Amino acid sequence: MIINHPLLGPRDSQEFIYLGDAALIHRPDGMAEGALERFVDYTYLRDNPAGSHRELWYHEQGDRSWLVVTRDTTTHEITAVEMARDVARAEGRSK
Amino acid sequence: MSRISGGQIDRSQTLRFSFDGVSYTGHPGDTLASALLANNVRLMGRSFKYHRPRGAISAGSEEPNAIVELRTGARQEPNTRATVTELFDGLSAQSQNRWPSLKFDAMAINDRLSPFFAAGFYYKTFMWPAAFWEKIYEPIIRRAAGLGRLSKQDDPDAYDKGFLHCDLLIIGAGPAGLSAALTAGRAGARVILADEDFRMGGRLNAETLEVGGTSGADWAAQSVLELASLPNVRLLPRTTVIGAFDHGIYSAVERVSDHLAQPLPGKPRQILWRIYTKRTILAAGAIERPIAFENNDRPGIMLAGALRAYANRWGVAVGEQVAVFTNNDDGLRTVNDLQAKGLNVTLIDARKGDEVIDSAGRLGLKSITIRRANGKTETIHVSALGVSGGWNPNLNIASNHRGRPVWDDTIAAFLPAPESIAGLTCAGAAAGAFSTHAALTMGVAHAIAALADLGVTATADTPSAEDAPLNLTPLWYVHSGKGRAWVDPQNDVTVKDVKLAKQEGFVSVEHLKRYTTLGMATDQGKTGNVLGLAVMAELTGKTIPQTGTTIYRPPYTPVAMGALAGRARGADFKPTRQTPSHKWAEEQGAVFVEVGYWLRTQWLPRNGEPTWRQSVDREVLQTRKSAGICDVTTLGKIDIQGTDAGAFLDRVYANNFASLAVGKVRYGLMLREDGMVMDDGTTARMGQNEYVMTTTTANAVPVFRHLEYCRQVLWPDLDVQLISTTEAWAQYSVAGPNARKLLQKLVDQDISDAAFPYMACGAVTVQGSRARLFRISFSGELAYEIAVPTRYGDAMIRALVEAGREFDAVVYGTEALGVMRVEKGHVAGNELNGQSSALNMGLGKMVSRKKDAIGMVLSQREGMTAPNGYRLVGVKPVNPAESLTAGAHFLVKGATATADNDGGWLTSVVYSPHLGHSIGLGYLKSGDNRRGERLRSVNLLAKTDIEVEIVSPHFFDPEGERLRG
Repeated sequence: MIINHPLLGPRDSQEFIYLGDAALIHRPDGMAEGALERFVDYTYLRDNPAGSHRELWYHEQGDRSWLVVTRDTTTHEITAVEMARDVARAEGRSK
Repeated sequence: MSRISGGQIDRSQTLRFSFDGVSYTGHPGDTLASALLANNVRLMGRSFKYHRPRGAISAGSEEPNAIVELRTGARQEPNTRATVTELFDGLSAQSQNRWPSLKFDAMAINDRLSPFFAAGFYYKTFMWPAAFWEKIYEPIIRRAAGLGRLSKQDDPDAYDKGFLHCDLLIIGAGPAGLSAALTAGRAGARVILADEDFRMGGRLNAETLEVGGTSGADWAAQSVLELASLPNVRLLPRTTVIGAFDHGIYSAVERVSDHLAQPLPGKPRQILWRIYTKRTILAAGAIERPIAFENNDRPGIMLAGALRAYANRWGVAVGEQVAVFTNNDDGLRTVNDLQAKGLNVTLIDARKGDEVIDSAGRLGLKSITIRRANGKTETIHVSALGVSGGWNPNLNIASNHRGRPVWDDTIAAFLPAPESIAGLTCAGAAAGAFSTHAALTMGVAHAIAALADLGVTATADTPSAEDAPLNLTPLWYVHSGKGRAWVDPQNDVTVKDVKLAKQEGFVSVEHLKRYTTLGMATDQGKTGNVLGLAVMAELTGKTIPQTGTTIYRPPYTPVAMGALAGRARGADFKPTRQTPSHKWAEEQGAVFVEVGYWLRTQWLPRNGEPTWRQSVDREVLQTRKSAGICDVTTLGKIDIQGTDAGAFLDRVYANNFASLAVGKVRYGLMLREDGMVMDDGTTARMGQNEYVMTTTTANAVPVFRHLEYCRQVLWPDLDVQLISTTEAWAQYSVAGPNARKLLQKLVDQDISDAAFPYMACGAVTVQGSRARLFRISFSGELAYEIAVPTRYGDAMIRALVEAGREFDAVVYGTEALGVMRVEKGHVAGNELNGQSSALNMGLGKMVSRKKDAIGMVLSQREGMTAPNGYRLVGVKPVNPAESLTAGAHFLVKGATATADNDGGWLTSVVYSPHLGHSIGLGYLKSGDNRRGERLRSVNLLAKTDIEVEIVSPHFFDPEGERLRG
């Protein structure tokens, strides 16, 4: 596969490490009420779509960027590649 | 000799070769198969199951029968197809799967016993008794099965990997591929044209057809010359594209030296290419398929197109008396071409109701029996029979992404699914366009379309050629006779086997394959699959597309393991990382151990120490008595800086880090989000916003990745920056009662206990050069770690050793390190096994519940905190003379050694020279409350069963007085 890195252009997927569902961005607050249930969901429950999937990839043999790659799991077509930091900020993560 | 005139062989040169020890001659341009046929050798192998005599049925890579062992010695290569093996002088080949000889094969008894070896016989015959499987059935089957033999020697040749980029990749250099390449090449596009043959041209080389008013073979040769002259075109003959991967990536094997006795100096045997292309044209042609009839597998019976190819391309007549059995007009070409060569040809045209119903000739075809449409049968003497049941588009690569082929009634064959692979189109016979005109036109059109996608304009220039239809009337197998009619000759699958599969309910195409082995092994059913499918369709009363289709995975043809490995063999299999003290340690005769990619000193034998234990014991005792030095560079080092660095550490470590003062070091415990321990190490606060983290050697890379994840994905606005400095600093541990005195000789600053107390850290200088000093201890002794820039690492180890001379300091390796850490009860790799929590390790109190660190919440789950869970314990043998065995499991006395009674296991075992006996660490259920208990420690693999006592994991200096000294 080829991942079109937002900063570095098209790169072979061999340079990357795959982590998984980009929903991992939304780490629950461990000090809040009901944290245990939320962490169980967060850690163990994943959607497994046949189709478009947003996932985290790490450019380990490159610039160390974590990326959010939108990939069709049935065709491997990649429709979007974004910096994970930008996505996390846009989705409300900060400090 | 059965050479006839013509062909693309160089008769001015003679090549000598041997087959089964008999010498023959051929010419440049020959394949092994064509040269053997030219020498009247039709028998080339034995079939897999019945050991039936077999000869080549094809003239290409689809060959199921003519499989030989090539070369001798270390270069011996099994399962090589004689039909694509380019002849070279001195070639030596042996037949395989026969004993004692090809003409007399004792295993041919299987053929007589064939009723017992029908499809599925493995599953039925070898079911019982179950105990017989491993000792009796399997060894017998393994001896009887299998084709070629491996040399079992190291491959002496080199294999390379390479990367290529292009606008247009064209797979196959027949009329469609050549016309596409000419069109795109002339337009200036970057083109790669790959063909598995050593001579480009595809079927044009095997036909007498004309292109543009000249012979097809000449047109192909001229086209190749023109393409070779274009700087933007790369020709890859002898190159098989083996698979289509994602996003325009294709894999190809170039056989650089397979046509030579051995590679030229400096040249690889093969190259595995990774081709990145924007557009692809699959022009891989078509593969002819047989018609099944009784005894259709004799040497001399081949595909009609192959029979014609041997005559036209290689000037070989397989026999003077020849017959052709066809259900289409292409078979008539074989009749015409062979007659033009002066051979006597009998036509059996299935479309007129004529059929071949049997053949005779044990080691080679002697006669066939024909039943004419009027019912009359006759037997004629022939030594060759060409069979044509039609042509299957060679859509193999096009189905690599699971695009289901589509049935086409006109040619009675599957076509590649449109747009089955993004950026790929099929042209020519691969797309079902069988006439030369159609192939040329389609190649041009597809090239123009592909380039138009890329914004390049190309123009059409299509030469004239024949445009004859196929006129096929399907006939799959001859419905007569009680004997066997082969569908897949390589795996000995007959029409009867397909019937049996149907009868037993294995109707789906996937089941048919597994039950009968149809389409397995080296040829992957290139000639037999569609035929098998058609037989099943007829039996079930369904259409062929209703019955199913087969799609193909890479590789297209078998690939040598060497090509996949490339240069990653032996010492080059993985990189080797050497520590800064490596050169010094090598000079001292150190024994090294692989730790990931690193080579670390395991122990340093001194003269007169015949066993490793003596060296290790000495290193441990001398360190505890005086001083020891150890290279700890391999531990991961991460510089962490930024105004939020402290807050960041507080989230990635389970224990408190907010209170760490500048100039202090703290042990840190890192959890995964699921609450299990990920890694441990120390982190030093070197300045207000400046920290240095260490990780275990094994987890240096994963921890760094995890920290990047935390700061980019979880907390994107924290002001924290990371850099791995593992290789920037050479780091040495100096431990033992004289450690301070030793180091003070080198460090410019005062490092007395008052000035540099336990767990202090800071920047220092070593004879004026910058260094970092940490007062931390893994050994339990008064200890320091000193880091200097890596370029001073060699000088530093020599300086340390020199400074240590007056104390008789030792340099110790990983074994002594391990002994000392077990004596101290510190966890390491064996305990950090990914399934253990802080509580399991006796570190449960370190997990702060006052902050939201990674893993905190789930570490508190029910079950994780159960009081009867595993706890770290120390273990010693009741009889000090006995040795513990790592991996042994704990059982209460009297319990049988079953999983139900398993109480835990020994994780780490060492011999403690200090205590004079074997000691260990382990995980034991409710271990905290079982000190003093005596258990059995049982290792069924090592066959050890000894009595042990559970003790504190802190065997040595439990109060930690020495390290604070």
